Amino acid sequence: MKNNGMTLIVKTVTRITVWMIILYGAYIILHGHLTPGGGFGGGVIIALALLNVMLAYGREFTTRWLNISVLEHGESLSALLFLITGIVGLLVSGAFLANFISKGQLFHLLSAGTLPVLNIIIGFKVALSLFLVVWVLTSIKLSKGDTT
Amino acid sequence: MPVETWLTFTIGFMILGSIVALELRDILSSIIAIGVVGLGVSMSFLFLQAPDLAIVQFLFEIFALIILVRAFIGKDYHAFEPAKASIALTLSSIIALSAILLLSVPVLRLLPPFGEPLMHTAQHYLDHGARETGAANLVASVILDYRAYDTLGEITVLFTAILGVFTVLRTAIKSEGGTDEE
Repeated sequence: MKNNGMTLIVKTVTRITVWMIILYGAYIILHGHLTPGGGFGGGVIIALALLNVMLAYGREFTTRWLNISVLEHGESLSALLFLITGIVGLLVSGAFLANFISKGQLFHLLSAGTLPVLNIIIGFKVALSLFLVVWVLTSIKLSKGDTT
Repeated sequence: MPVETWLTFTIGFMILGSIVALELRDILSSIIAIGVVGLGVSMSFLFLQAPDLAIVQFLFEIFALIILVRAFIGKDYHAFEPAKASIALTLSSIIALSAILLLSVPVLRLLPPFGEPLMHTAQHYLDHGARETGAANLVASVILDYRAYDTLGEITVLFTAILGVFTVLRTAIKSEGGTDEE
C-alpha cells in the first residue's frame, strides 16, 4: 500500500463515517449483556473501521495517525486485564472469573456484574488484534516467485 | 414455512456457491463466490434464531473478504491450470465416500432429533441464567459467566496468533533489509 490511498470522494466519506462506525461498535460492546452482539462483534466493527481508514488513506497515514506501539501495548494490556479480572474474582468470591460485582437490575445498562467489564476488555482486544494483524500483513511485500 | 425448508434452501445455495468458487478461473470472482458461502452461514444462524452468531459471522466474512481481496488483487493467478482428473481416482473417491456414508447410517439413527439435545445444561441456563448473572442477553451470560474459561482461551488464541505474526514478519522485514518505512 505504497500509494496515498484512494480518491478524494472515498477519503471524505471515510472521514465522516469512520467515527459513526466506531460509535456503533462501542454501542454494540457496551450493550453486549442486553442485546445481541457483545465484545467480539463490536470489536470486529471497530477493527473494520480502522481498516477502512487504512484502505482509504493508505498505510503510511494510518501509521502516523495511530501510534502503533501504543496499540501493541494496549493489545497486551487488555489480555492482562482479563486475567486480572479473573484473579480478583478468585480473591473476592473464591472462584476464578467469578461474577463478584453486584448483579443490579435486569435490563439496566449497569447490571450483570463483571459481564460488561469483560465485554469491554474483549472488545478492545479483538479490535486491536485484528487491526494489527492486517497492519503487519500489509507491511511486507513479497515479489512474484519469492518463497522466503 | 418451517425453518428446515429455509435451511435446505440456504445450504443448497452455499453448495452452489462453493462449486462456483472452485470452478471459476478468475481469482477475484472466486473470492466473491466464497463470500456467498459465508453469507449463507450467517443467514442460517439468523433462521436458527442466533443473532449473536450471525453478527459475528457476517463481520468476519467482511474481514476475511477484505484480506483475501487485498492479498490476491493485482496478482496473476489465472495461468494456473487445474490438474487433470483421472477417472480411476474419481471413481475410487466416489466409492469410498459412499461406503463411509452407508456405514454411518446406523450411527446417524442414534442421533437425537433436531432441536432435542442430549445435554440438558441449556435448560438450566434458560431457567436460571437471568437471575444468576443479571444479564438480559443469555448468550453473554453463557460466554462470559458460565463458560468464561472458553472466552479466556479464545483471548489467548488471539494473543498467541498476533505474537506469532509479529515475530515472524518482523524478522522477514529485517532480513530483507528494511523495504518499508520500518
